[in-house]
Amino acid sequence: MKTQQSRSDDGLTAVVPATAPQQVVKRRRKPLTWDKVSFFAVFLGLPLAIYLLFVIWPFVQAFGYSLTDWSGFSPTQNFIGLENYAKIFTDDIFMKAMGNNILLVIFLPIITIILSLVLASLVTVGGSSKGQIKGLRNSSFYRVVSFFPYTIPAIAIGIMWGQIYDPSGGLLNGILTGLGFDQFKDFAWLGDKNTAMIATMFVIVWGFVGFYMVLFVAGIKGIPAELFEAARIDGAGRFRTAVSITIPLIRDNIQTAYIYMGILALDAFVYMAALNSGGGPDNSTLVMAQQLFFTAFSKGQFGLASAMGVVLAVATLIFSGLVFLVNRLTGGDKDVSL
Amino acid sequence: MTTKVSTPEMKSLHFQPRTPATTTGDKVVGAVSHTALTIWTLIVILPLLWTVMSSFKTSSEIFASPFALPAEWKLDNYTKAWSEAGIGSAFLNSVLVVAVALVIVMVLGAMCAYVLARYTFPGSRAIYYLMLAGLTFPIFLAMVPLFFVLKNMGLLNTLPGLILVYVGFALPFTVFFLFSFFKSLPHEITEAAALDGAGEWRTFFQVMLPMAKPGLASVAIFNFLGLWNQFLIPVSINAAGPRVLSQELAAFAGQMGYAVDFGALFAAVTVTVVPVLIVYIIFQRQLQGSVSQGTSK
Repeated sequence: MKTQQSRSDDGLTAVVPATAPQQVVKRRRKPLTWDKVSFFAVFLGLPLAIYLLFVIWPFVQAFGYSLTDWSGFSPTQNFIGLENYAKIFTDDIFMKAMGNNILLVIFLPIITIILSLVLASLVTVGGSSKGQIKGLRNSSFYRVVSFFPYTIPAIAIGIMWGQIYDPSGGLLNGILTGLGFDQFKDFAWLGDKNTAMIATMFVIVWGFVGFYMVLFVAGIKGIPAELFEAARIDGAGRFRTAVSITIPLIRDNIQTAYIYMGILALDAFVYMAALNSGGGPDNSTLVMAQQLFFTAFSKGQFGLASAMGVVLAVATLIFSGLVFLVNRLTGGDKDVSL
Repeated sequence: MTTKVSTPEMKSLHFQPRTPATTTGDKVVGAVSHTALTIWTLIVILPLLWTVMSSFKTSSEIFASPFALPAEWKLDNYTKAWSEAGIGSAFLNSVLVVAVALVIVMVLGAMCAYVLARYTFPGSRAIYYLMLAGLTFPIFLAMVPLFFVLKNMGLLNTLPGLILVYVGFALPFTVFFLFSFFKSLPHEITEAAALDGAGEWRTFFQVMLPMAKPGLASVAIFNFLGLWNQFLIPVSINAAGPRVLSQELAAFAGQMGYAVDFGALFAAVTVTVVPVLIVYIIFQRQLQGSVSQGTSK
C-alpha cells in the first residue's frame, strides 16, 4: 500500500511540473486578469503578510536586539556586540538552566518514545501469536483513554499534578502511605532537589505518551500485515518482530516524535512554571525559557533576554540537525524506502 | 514486494490449524500486556477522577484525607471559581479567541497552501521553506520583539491582537499539512473547472475546498487543541488584557499561596478539562483517523 502511494506521488510531481502547469501558466500569464491578480493578492499576500509581521519579523528582530543593551523601556539602545552572549555563558544560573534543558532533551524523548512504542505495539500486534495479526482485546479502549492527557491544557496538567504531589493532602503520598510506605507521609516531591526534576519529567511524559501512542499505532497499521505474518512464519518472536520489523518501518514517525519531544524539552516553560514557578529547590528544575521570561518581563533586560532566545534557537537547530544526522548515519534512508 | 511475501505465507497456512488454540505462552503474554495497559490506564484516569472528586470538597476536607468522598456534593466551588475567580469570563474569552483564530487560520492557511501547492512561480519554493522554518523556531525567541510589534500597533493586551498572533503562529503547521493535501488532488479537476469558465476564486471555493474537507477537519482539530492550550503567547503579550483560560488558571493558582481555596482551584481545573474531554470522547474516531492521515505522508 505504501509503495503504491509513494509511486503515485512521484508520478504526480514528475509529471506536473514538467508539462501540465507550465502550459497552463504560460497560457494564462498573458492576460493578467483582475481575477488572477486579486486571487494572488488575497490567497498568498494576506497570509504571508500576517506570517511575516507576527512570526518572521520578531524572530529577525530578536537577533538584532540580542546585540544591544536595550532594557525595553529606555529610548536608547547601544550596540554592544557579543557582550550579552559573554554574560550568558558566564552566568551560573543560566548555565544551570541549560544543563537542566540538556537533561530534559536527553531523557524526555527517550522515555516517552519507548513507553508509547511499547503501548502502541501491544494494542496493534500484541494479540494471539496464531491466526491473524491483531492487537489485544479492548485495545481501542486503552488507546482512547491514553490520549486523554493530550486534550488537557498544559497549565491545567501542571496545576493538577502540583496538587497530586502535594506533601500533605496529595494523591500520591496518600496512595504510598496507604500501601504502607510511611516514609512518604509528608514527602515533598517537588520540594526536594533530588526528586523535583524526576517528578516533573514524569508529568510531561504523562501528558504526551497517549499522543505518540496514537501516532505510532497509525504508523504500525500502515505496515502491510503480510510482513508481520512472514516474520512469524520465519520463526521471529514478538520482541524480534518489534525490533526488526516495527521499529525500522516506522522510523520516520519515531524521528518526528524525537524532534517534537526534543523541541518541547528545550522549552518546557509551561510545565516548569506551573509545577515550580521559582525554578525548584536549588534551581533544580529551572529551564532556559523561564530565565528568559524572568529576564525580559521582570528584570526588563530585553537585550539580554533576546540573546538567551537566540541561544535557545541555536540549541534547537543543533538538536534537530543531530537527530537527522544520527538517523541518516544509522541507515534511516535505506529502511524507509520500502 | 507484496506478492513475493504473500506466496510462502499461503503455502504454510496449510500446516496451521484454522482456529488458533491459545497457547500458554500467549496467555502469559496476554495477561502481562493487559496488566501493563491497565496500569497505564489507571495512571491516566486516577488523577482526573481525583481532581473532579476534590472539586466538590472543602479545603479542610481535602487536607483531611485525599481519598474520602466529599461530605456533601455541593457546587459551591464551581460558583466560586466561575464568578469570583473569573474562570467564567476567561472561559468565554478563550472560546471567542480560539474560534475566531481557528476560522481565520483555516481559511488563510488553506488559501496559502493551495497557491503554493498548485502554482509554480518564482519564489514559491522559498516561501514554502520560509513557512517550514517557522515550525522549528522556538516561539520564545519571538516573544520579546512581538511584544513591541503589538505595542506599536496598539494591539497589545487586546483580544484582536491575540487572535492575529495565534493565526500567525498556527499558519506554518496548517500550510505544511494542507500543502501535501492539495498537491495530491488531481489536476484534471482544476482544468475541467477552468474549461467550464470558473475563475480562480470559484475554482478554489466551490471545487477544491470541498474536496479538501477531510484534511481541513484534521488540521482544525489539531489547531483547536494547540490554540486552546496556548500559554506563553497570552502570558507575554496579553498580561494586562482580558484574560484567557490558561492565563486565568495560572493567575488563580499563583495567587493561592496564602489565601488557599483548593476546592475552587480543583473546580477551575475541572471546568477547563472536562468540556474538551467530552468533545474528544465524542469525536475520538475522527481524531484517531486524522493522526493516521497526518502521518501517512
